[in-house]
Amino acid sequence: MAPVVEVADLQREYAMGEDRIYALRGVNLTLERGEFVAVMGPSGSGKSTFMHVVGLLDQPTAGTYRFEGAEVSHLSADERADIRGRRLGFVFQAYNLLPRTSALENVELPMVYAGVPERERKTIALAKLEMVGIADLAAHHPNQMSGGQQQRVAIARSLVNDPGLILADEPTGALDTKSSQDIMHLLTRLNEAAGITVMLVTHEPDVAAYARRIVTFRDGLITGDSINERRAA
Amino acid sequence: MNIKATLRLALAALIRNKTRSLLTMLGIVIGVAAVIITVAIGVGARTSVQASINSLGSNLIVVQPGSVTQSGARTGFGAASTLTPADGLEIAKLPGVAAVSPTVSLRTQVVAGENNWQTTITGVAPTYTFIRSWGLSAGRFFNQNDVTSDAKVAVLGQTVAGQLFPGGTSPIGQTVIIKGAPFTVIGALDPLGQSGLGQDQDDVVLIPYTSAMERLTGLTTVNTLMVSAATAAQIDGVTQSVTSLLEERHRIVPPQTDDFQVRNLQAIAQTASQTGAILELLLAGVAAVSLVVGGIGIMNIMLVSVTERTREIGLRMAVGARAGSIMRQFLAESIVLATIGGLIGVAAGGVGALGLALLTHWPTAVPLQWVLASVAFSALVGIFFGYYPARQAAALSPIEALRFE
Repeated sequence: MAPVVEVADLQREYAMGEDRIYALRGVNLTLERGEFVAVMGPSGSGKSTFMHVVGLLDQPTAGTYRFEGAEVSHLSADERADIRGRRLGFVFQAYNLLPRTSALENVELPMVYAGVPERERKTIALAKLEMVGIADLAAHHPNQMSGGQQQRVAIARSLVNDPGLILADEPTGALDTKSSQDIMHLLTRLNEAAGITVMLVTHEPDVAAYARRIVTFRDGLITGDSINERRAA
Repeated sequence: MNIKATLRLALAALIRNKTRSLLTMLGIVIGVAAVIITVAIGVGARTSVQASINSLGSNLIVVQPGSVTQSGARTGFGAASTLTPADGLEIAKLPGVAAVSPTVSLRTQVVAGENNWQTTITGVAPTYTFIRSWGLSAGRFFNQNDVTSDAKVAVLGQTVAGQLFPGGTSPIGQTVIIKGAPFTVIGALDPLGQSGLGQDQDDVVLIPYTSAMERLTGLTTVNTLMVSAATAAQIDGVTQSVTSLLEERHRIVPPQTDDFQVRNLQAIAQTASQTGAILELLLAGVAAVSLVVGGIGIMNIMLVSVTERTREIGLRMAVGARAGSIMRQFLAESIVLATIGGLIGVAAGGVGALGLALLTHWPTAVPLQWVLASVAFSALVGIFFGYYPARQAAALSPIEALRFE
């Protein structure tokens, strides 16, 4: 089976006025199915740009990117949108839930764009809320939930289309220690029990400690790639 | 995404911001309500003018005696009494004339047994019912023989019949006394109701004009000559030829002024209705401007909404929304907003028109095509003013949008 992510000599540069900024300078990485990898590095190291390219929110300027075996570096905006909706799941630091909208409807959102029939959407969304342990909050609006609960809704939302990869961008950045641990336990459980591939972007070693593999970025290049020996539990 | 899903999304977004949505709609609501009320009054007025003209008869031309004096000089014999039945007979021979009837009217008391009633006695020709498009509810109308023999026969209007013969007694065959002379009732007219001027048109007794002149007025002249043109297109031509004929018969040469007046009501009606229509269009135009202003309000709020919901747009893109879906969603929001505003406006305008009708007793009518046009125009306003904000939303890059603070 093809690796979930396979990038070779991946480059991304921006024009910033007169200057050119080289955010990625030739990154090579392969992510196998079922991996749980943490991407670390200081700000400006290129880890966020890397996540955007892997998440098909951005396009590389050079290099190849094969997602689940298919070359995706030159797809149109619509084709990338379709893959994002059907094969990728996103979890953001700020949860990014729709305000004044129930948890259930928030979880349904990706399926609306993927064209899943309404009745099916409800069933699946409820099942995913059950999976992250907050099925009882299905009717609650984001402002009626704690940060940890909101992030669980966001994780449920990332799961609904059975994605090949979940991208979590600083998922605990806005949470207290206890909630952070809960969220990381949840991601770990999803990875181990459900075999979901997770790529976590963080600059916190405590959080990265939950991953099985840690990749470190610096100045647009991967400077470290190791198996996490002392994994947190 | 299909249309239903897009509309559902748009509706959900609008409901999330109820107050703002309602306030945004307000411009459209007021605009459409103004259009509907304006049109309702205009159309109502025109309809009632048209109806009162039509109730006077089809293709009607009325010849009346003219003014008696002109700059102090007498221009005719008698007090505006220049028209004779003979004039009528000659007019009837003109091409394009379908029927002519003289009318001789006076108000007097009519007696039947123990009941009496003051009403208008009008002497007319048998063609009168045709000219006025007036049918009979019972009995018969008088014929040429009755006219030739000054027959003492009468046909009663509904009001008179009801007053003289209460309790549903049939008046046919009964005798009524008019100025001491007994007349036999031979028929009763269909009810016509009030005229445009609020006159009870059924408060009348029709008798042969010869009988009226002979037995009631004692004059050789008549009050008016009612002429019916064969078709509406011939009204102007007949008006011309009647004028020429009467000038010749009355030996009027310039610079003398005519001692009669030929008026065709259709022309008056047309002028009235054209004036009404222009005014109506003008007011509707002003109201339409307020619709456009309402549209600008929608654009303004939609632009604010796009900025405010930048992160939401970024998220939607991240979870699989194509630029086109975002575009359609925002466009749908403004269309739904404008259309609902239009519908509320139609309802408000309808209620307003009804209220106005009840308060002022002006007739009002809301034609369906104006309702449809207002709602369609509202939707167009929504599309037009929603397009730019929707394009702004769709053009956002997902990364920038997600990062937006």
